Amino acid sequence: MAAISREEVAHLARLSRLAVTEEELDMFAGQLDVILQAVAQVGEVAAADIPPTSHSVPLTNIFREDVVTPCLTPQEALSGAPDAEDQRFRVPRILSEDVAS
Amino acid sequence: MTTTLPAYDEVVARYEPVIGLETHVELGTNTKMFCGCPTDFGGEPNTRVCPVCLGLPGSLPVANKAAIEAIIRIGLALNCSIAEWCRFARKNYFYPDMPKNFQISQYDEPICVDGYLDVEVGGETVRIEIERVHLEEDTGKTLHVGGATGRIHGATESLVDYNRAGIPLVEIVTKPIPGTGALAPDVAKAYVTELRDVIRTLGVSDVRMEEGSLRCDVNTSLNLPGQEWGTRTETKNVNSLRSVERAVRSEMLRQASVLDAGGRITQETRHFHEDSGDTTPGRSKETATDYRYFPEPDLVPIAPDPAWVAELKAALPELPRVHRRRLQQQWGLSDLDMQSVLNAGAVELIEATVAAGTTPAAARKWWLGELSRRANESGVELAQIGATPAQVAELQGLVDAGKLNDKMARTVLEGVVDGEGSPTEIMASRGLEVVSDTGALTAAVDEAIAANPGIADKIRSGKVAAVGALVGAVMKTTRGQADAKTLRELILERLGVQG
Repeated sequence: MAAISREEVAHLARLSRLAVTEEELDMFAGQLDVILQAVAQVGEVAAADIPPTSHSVPLTNIFREDVVTPCLTPQEALSGAPDAEDQRFRVPRILSEDVAS
Repeated sequence: MTTTLPAYDEVVARYEPVIGLETHVELGTNTKMFCGCPTDFGGEPNTRVCPVCLGLPGSLPVANKAAIEAIIRIGLALNCSIAEWCRFARKNYFYPDMPKNFQISQYDEPICVDGYLDVEVGGETVRIEIERVHLEEDTGKTLHVGGATGRIHGATESLVDYNRAGIPLVEIVTKPIPGTGALAPDVAKAYVTELRDVIRTLGVSDVRMEEGSLRCDVNTSLNLPGQEWGTRTETKNVNSLRSVERAVRSEMLRQASVLDAGGRITQETRHFHEDSGDTTPGRSKETATDYRYFPEPDLVPIAPDPAWVAELKAALPELPRVHRRRLQQQWGLSDLDMQSVLNAGAVELIEATVAAGTTPAAARKWWLGELSRRANESGVELAQIGATPAQVAELQGLVDAGKLNDKMARTVLEGVVDGEGSPTEIMASRGLEVVSDTGALTAAVDEAIAANPGIADKIRSGKVAAVGALVGAVMKTTRGQADAKTLRELILERLGVQG
């Protein structure tokens, strides 16, 4: 059984705002399936006594003191932006969505 | 789409509301959550940004210790358990308010869980269960241009300022609150008020709703008695304590009218409108799985040292509820009187007025009397009325010194509320002052007696009621600025008559 369906790929493409053609959906579903099955092999060797790993280094509580450090200038901040206006990043309008929290 | 809404009394007689509140609090740290950019309100666009909060390649976040400490203190004040170990998570979504296409938040491992906050409503204590308190980063501000109103609909593009992106944001989520019936709107308001006061007491945020450092989303649903809870809506854009109450009430009425007509409630985000007091539909929400949460690989887990947590707990300040109990005793108020002070939002105002030298009774008289009346008339919170505790104390000082009588003091207070200046300034500019110089007053009385010998004789012969004519005469010469009672006594004394 496939690890990922064509519908799931289409859903992920929509969430990622990627325009994927029907042919690409078939292609990516196939490719992602191979990748996921390869990764799933890890599950076969992970016994119940091996906790899932989210971090490769065994560290906790790395904090920073609450001290202000220099910022970029607006010119530097906007230098890599595709477009800017009024010292703000300019982006295309967002269709049929509303302001996030 | 004007529909006639049912009466509130009928709605709560037929339906049972369940409410829930999600509150976001911007912490008052010096720097952002994961970088050293400053957090001050305002500022020119994109002047408080760096590679970390802009999500530039190769930059790495590091958690702000002061923010971690602040959220643990909030959790402790809300009677939560503090997680022994927890992680940050990435919340993935495509919206330009975050430059990274994700927001660092917490998902299944919040730092504080299972707490409660007791609030007082209608003389009773309601325990609001807290599900979780977690830490995340605030988003940038988008400005929609090209549309007519600045709203997203009709906008052709958006301009983004990332100064706010990355400011530490604490999200406090209640469990669903059933069983409050007709009091649901009041409970919601009382909870947010109490939460604000707790956080302000901790000194970790300025919790100003009007500046957005305290933001509230209100969940509301209705169900028939004995049936399952209804579908809930989430109302955003609730920007004042009064709006919290109005938003719940308005959503209860709207949902009742939909249900009454045989319709179904759509699970959706709605926007509250301050001017009309009603809500309109907003974005349909992506579900939690659509956010594809996963543990943030760039930040190591947090494992608060129990000794540190115990130390923070021991150092918590006196919380508002305990503080109020103490004030109630000091002020000698009954539970009912204290509740009306609380309902009026006057606790801190009276406390500050008393601290400025006024008696509790006098401070309470002004804040619950004239000032509450004015606040109700203009539909604003008492704290925003335009009179400060220092001004009220100054006013009462003038009354106590005999410079203003009660009627004049009310006039002066009106002037204070209308922004005419301090009580002393208004007294001067409006020429209000009780003539307290006994010499000047005695001279005016003698003059009146001399000018009205007939009346004076009448009074001397026992017709004390005639004194009113002389009082009037003196009031006229002193332009109403004498205290009538003192004046009456003085006239009788000068005429050698017993009052």
